[in-house]
Amino acid sequence: MPSISRDEVAHLARLARLAVTEAELDLFAGQLDQIVAAVAQVGQVADQDIPPTSHSVPLTNVFRADVVRPGLNQQQATAAAPAVEDGRFRVPRILGEEA
Amino acid sequence: MTELTRLTAADIAAKVAAKEVSAVEVTQAHLDRIAAVDHAVHAFLHVDTERALAAAKAVDDDVAAGRPAASPLAGVPLALKDVLTMQGAPTTCGSKILENWQPPYDATVTRRLLEAGVVILGKTNMDEFAMGSSTENSAYGPTRNPWDLDRIPGGSGGGSSAALAAFEAPLAIGTDTGGSIRQPGAVTGTVGVKPTYGTVSRFGLVAFSSSLDQAGPCARTVLDAALLHEVIAGHDPLDSTSIDAPVPPVVAAVREGATGDLKGVRVGVVTEFAGDGYETGVAAAFTAAVEQLRELGAEIIEVSCPSFDLALPAYYLIAPSEASSNLARFDAMRYGLRVGDDGTRSAEEVMSLTRAAGFGAEVKRRIMLGTYALSAGYYDAYYGSAQKVRTLIMRDFDAAFAKVDVLVSPTTPTTAFKIGERTADPMAMYRADLCTIPSNLAGNAALSVPCGLSDGLPVGLQIMSPALQDHRGYRVAAAYELARDAAQGGPLINRVPELEVVH
Repeated sequence: MPSISRDEVAHLARLARLAVTEAELDLFAGQLDQIVAAVAQVGQVADQDIPPTSHSVPLTNVFRADVVRPGLNQQQATAAAPAVEDGRFRVPRILGEEA
Repeated sequence: MTELTRLTAADIAAKVAAKEVSAVEVTQAHLDRIAAVDHAVHAFLHVDTERALAAAKAVDDDVAAGRPAASPLAGVPLALKDVLTMQGAPTTCGSKILENWQPPYDATVTRRLLEAGVVILGKTNMDEFAMGSSTENSAYGPTRNPWDLDRIPGGSGGGSSAALAAFEAPLAIGTDTGGSIRQPGAVTGTVGVKPTYGTVSRFGLVAFSSSLDQAGPCARTVLDAALLHEVIAGHDPLDSTSIDAPVPPVVAAVREGATGDLKGVRVGVVTEFAGDGYETGVAAAFTAAVEQLRELGAEIIEVSCPSFDLALPAYYLIAPSEASSNLARFDAMRYGLRVGDDGTRSAEEVMSLTRAAGFGAEVKRRIMLGTYALSAGYYDAYYGSAQKVRTLIMRDFDAAFAKVDVLVSPTTPTTAFKIGERTADPMAMYRADLCTIPSNLAGNAALSVPCGLSDGLPVGLQIMSPALQDHRGYRVAAAYELARDAAQGGPLINRVPELEVVH
């Protein structure tokens, strides 16, 4: 099993959209390495032919009748937004400078 | 402390219905108690004084008008874990990212409580997004254990367990993903129940690990937990994983257990949950509890569940994997915290800065661990293997329940540890959930009932039942609770030290 390097933590943080400080990189690299080493024990069943379980309840798709039912109105939906403009969610630009 | 805060929920409901006391008086007594001791305990993040009193008044009006009680718990105060939404109050999940967030809808559990005439006193503290075993991961500061204020009340539902042990509420709601109801129950000398997965709606329960999360009742007695269980459980079309089946007859099972006869009940002791890592006092209290079950007529059988040794590692892959996906919704766009939106930064930069500022260390660790476990190249080795372990654990339970009616173990290997003792060592913290995790992975019912003290600190007995057979555990727990009280000279919770009261 590979160990988790500082660079790898930085990569994971980018994937997870988490800004991390240099100090956090050091802390998390050590801790994640320790945790992954411990949980890697599950690898002992990797080669065995066992069906995976994603969920303890054997449910498949659950449907309901396709009828209109009450939902949130615009005011309720935007009431907790960090920024609202003209009744809509105002968000930062979504394209990079180079776009 | 007034007598009213010492009463069980069942007694409060009976006295309110009989007009011996008003629901408003009961609610006020608990609000006064919170005002007097919560400075030291810090069980509550929000106290909903006015609406609690209004809800109590409505129950009193029903009683005065001769209308039938809305439920067997009408007029009883309750503390709600801050991971369940309730309109008109903040839902923070113990996180800065949701500070002051006002949800636009009620959780189904909340709605059922309100419709039952239960008086919601406020929202309780918890590890951030329910990730933790000590409540130290709350962004709003730790909750303290009423048995020893220097110790943790368990987690993630430490606010709910501490509120019960501090007599701030006779009932509470918790949520249990890896033990977050049962372990806090064990270390505070209170009863905590994780119902069968899918029997209590997750609608309005802010998701941590969707295939494991389950809300359940917390109380000071087994009967009170059962009464609350029947209020909150039941099929909900708003939760697609909700099971469309009758609620197990848990209150009837408590009444049956209270006859004190467990003849014909086969109790399995899990071989794997003993030995190294289990405190001597915990092992001793557990052994004594098993002896008491034998004296009540139960047949005791040792049962090996070899895959349980892999439950902890499998859990710490599955739960973080699901969490990394679930917590992606905290993106600073539609609700919650937003940081760094200065007109120059992109949405992605704002998102990263917000999540860095809004999430605590344990949440970040788990998001990154889950992201790692789900990465291309590692998926089969980690997440895939963990899912295979989950199958093996379900098979172990199936084999065990072919031989016995319930399984028992200590709820957690140690008594309440000191605040700060494990915060620097995540793996040591994770081991608090060693015995509780298998029932989350398999989805079956499990509860913790207090079984004695070790060096003055409570120990919990875990009783596990097959899926949808929740009543089996309640029956055994109720019989045991009576025998324990008789043998130990009264309810264990009465030995909690008096807290310093501020007037």
